[in-house]
Amino acid sequence: MSDIECKLLIIGAGPGGYVCAIRAGQLGIDTVIVDEGEPGGTCLNVGCIPSKALIHAADEFYKITHASQRPLGISVPQPKIDLAKTVAWKDSIVKRLNTGVSGLMKKAGARFVSGSARFVDGKTVLVRKGDEEHSISAEFIVIASGSAPVELPILPFGGPILSSTEALALTEVPDSLAVVGGGYIGLELGTVFAKLGTEVTVVEAEDHILPLYDTGLTRPVAERLDELGVTVMTGARALGFEDGTLQTDQGEVAADKVLVTVGRRPRTVGIGIEELALTQDGPFVKIDRYCQTSMRGIYAIGDVTGEPMLAHRAMAQGEMVAELVAGHSVEWDKRAIPAVCFTDPEVVTCGALPDEVEGTKTTLFPFQANGRAMTTEREDGLFRVVWRESDHAVVGIQAVGEGISELSAAFSLAIEMGACLEDISATVHAHPTRSESLQEACLRALGHALHI
Amino acid sequence: MGVFAIRLPDVGEGIAQAELTEWHVKPGDIVREDDVLADVMTDKATVEVPSSASGKVLELGGDVGDMIPIGAVLIRIEVEGEGNEKERPEAQKAAEPVEVTESAPETVDVSSTQPPPAQVQRTNGTKPLASPSVRARAREEGVDLRQVPGSGPAGRISHADLDAWIASGDIRQGAVTRGRNTGVEEVRVVGMRRKIAEKMAVSNRQIPHITIVEEVEMAALEDLRAALNAKYKGERPKLTLLPFLMRAIVEAVREQPELNGRFDDETGVIHRHGGVHIGIATQTPHGLNVPVVHHAEAGSLWDNAAEITRLSEAARDGSIKREDLSGGTITITSLGPLGAIATTPIINHPELAIVGINKMQVRPVWDGQQFQPRTMMNISCSFDHRVIDGWDAAVFVQKLKSLLENPAMLFVEG
Repeated sequence: MSDIECKLLIIGAGPGGYVCAIRAGQLGIDTVIVDEGEPGGTCLNVGCIPSKALIHAADEFYKITHASQRPLGISVPQPKIDLAKTVAWKDSIVKRLNTGVSGLMKKAGARFVSGSARFVDGKTVLVRKGDEEHSISAEFIVIASGSAPVELPILPFGGPILSSTEALALTEVPDSLAVVGGGYIGLELGTVFAKLGTEVTVVEAEDHILPLYDTGLTRPVAERLDELGVTVMTGARALGFEDGTLQTDQGEVAADKVLVTVGRRPRTVGIGIEELALTQDGPFVKIDRYCQTSMRGIYAIGDVTGEPMLAHRAMAQGEMVAELVAGHSVEWDKRAIPAVCFTDPEVVTCGALPDEVEGTKTTLFPFQANGRAMTTEREDGLFRVVWRESDHAVVGIQAVGEGISELSAAFSLAIEMGACLEDISATVHAHPTRSESLQEACLRALGHALHI
Repeated sequence: MGVFAIRLPDVGEGIAQAELTEWHVKPGDIVREDDVLADVMTDKATVEVPSSASGKVLELGGDVGDMIPIGAVLIRIEVEGEGNEKERPEAQKAAEPVEVTESAPETVDVSSTQPPPAQVQRTNGTKPLASPSVRARAREEGVDLRQVPGSGPAGRISHADLDAWIASGDIRQGAVTRGRNTGVEEVRVVGMRRKIAEKMAVSNRQIPHITIVEEVEMAALEDLRAALNAKYKGERPKLTLLPFLMRAIVEAVREQPELNGRFDDETGVIHRHGGVHIGIATQTPHGLNVPVVHHAEAGSLWDNAAEITRLSEAARDGSIKREDLSGGTITITSLGPLGAIATTPIINHPELAIVGINKMQVRPVWDGQQFQPRTMMNISCSFDHRVIDGWDAAVFVQKLKSLLENPAMLFVEG
């Protein structure tokens, strides 16, 4: 019955699963990885990568269409966009990365099996593809089944009601779009369409957009949305959709399409996790600091294990679990996981937020005082550093600003290395860059900022 | 006892540091005041650093080639009475010579704010500051970083701090409250270890043991042994206690043949052997092994000594043959210097008896008027109580005692 036997079986080839497979292969572990879709999971196929491609395209389009309104002296005739071509370009990138991930797994010696997986017991998984079915038994199993968009009962997906997956595949720019849920996914995609010329309305139930963050960080984003002509309704609830009109408790919103981005749920149903009776943490699979579930030999990584549902967290977990299976002495001891909203401007958070940890203080430095920000016409945003009063250790860094995502490595590096204000202040930061503002924020905390 | 730290004195010339060029002492050495500890080199000259205290060297403050700042701890010495240092803070300071050269953050002139305290009392639940590589190494070394003092800004733990902590041995001493180790390692009982386990289980399950412990005065035998070894030094193999004990067993079972043999408990037959085939319990890298000296009754002291040497070497290097491991009729077990006061030896099934020898030591013995220092050794012998009564067992042990205490009797042809 057992067609394949291996030491390590990974269910799901998203960023967590495929990294786990590559690392396990490098370590000489006999590894099999199963996924019903293309390797790369949500992130590569219908998430991080395709959305970044569309964000880039929309940015470029917006810059050109608004060139004459900018002070750079550039004028262009009315540009046009063929969204079908844009989407084809995006798909080609996804395709390239699919092939890349497959190649990396193969090179490391991990076997990819296409099909949907279902647990038979703690050591055996049934994989079905069409009418074919075979079983795989393994000494260790990693659940990396990821997450899926949450559906609202009053707005079931289909037709004009889109999840992020469908929104990324639209080949025509809709005239109007209502975004239900003002979290980072909704805002990223809402901004894309706003820049492409769509009339966008964001319906957010909480009292401000990006409700996980404080208004200090979200205000520049809200202001930019306003500039882009996006209508933001806060404290509002969607009630239903009919004939191109979204009903809300604050009135009607005309919308060709409705994008529902009210969160993601872990994929635990349909793969037999319930039957294994693994201990859960709410809807998520509960894990310890070794990503071990309540059942011996079964690990879980990535979105299925809870917040933050981020690809790089899953990757780090996958790498760790592969090393654990190889007998290395590792554990989950990360201090901070950076989180990026690719909104306009971008928001990066890493570590503790202000007032989250007792005995900390917060310092900030605005991009208005940064030369580089002025030269890119984007002075909106700021840097923020949360530090411990007792020893000046930096415990959190946040920033909002254009292109700030590329600085996120400095945030997590500083926190992982245990940097204190004096360390960052005494490190030479290149001029003129936005990164100088991190140094200035630390100097400001020490009472001697130079440029403010 | 206290710890006395000697710092690198100002060797003149207004310099801030000097290169350590030679150590004249090493940890564990006893030094007296004014002994030369080390040579240090300045730009102009090599200077000897004398000791300002007497005691035992605990640790050196640097390696040859290191630049040692003036005033940094050069060496720590354990002295009589109080030292000039408290017990533990040394681990924090041990990293000083390395740290000082790169202590940039302290040199930043911060007048409006205070520099971060270098040593911070970490409150419970706060994770210690350390880079990911330091954390990984600590995990591998089994070090709980919460216990390690950090010398960096904000109490950050550097690789040097971790090294110093490991070197200070605090891991092993467990001086401070330590986290629980909930790890459980699975070790499969396989190969030779499984064989031993099965054999031991059979011996202990099948055989009701009776163990008798008796003390033996060894002076006469030790004198004889020393005399023989002196006489034949270089010509014949050196005699240990074992060949004498084998001789004693041969003599004892001559009178009690019921103790020398093998008991087939399934058929209920005891095979009393004419030959005395003595197993010698031997520790090997893979576990316990029992090679057999066949026909000990026929060999001289030196023959048997040579045979023991051959067998034990073969057992340890794994080249021993099957026939050398089988056919024993009685066994000797000895833990040598680890021999303890008494043991409860387990009979090598299907044999009938085992003779264990314990540690030889000088003990006070009451001679009727006063305590005399006597070289004493206990023997712990177990017998198969199904077929050997306590009385017979006791007779055998007394016979061994008497033969060992009067070794001449070993060589009287009976």
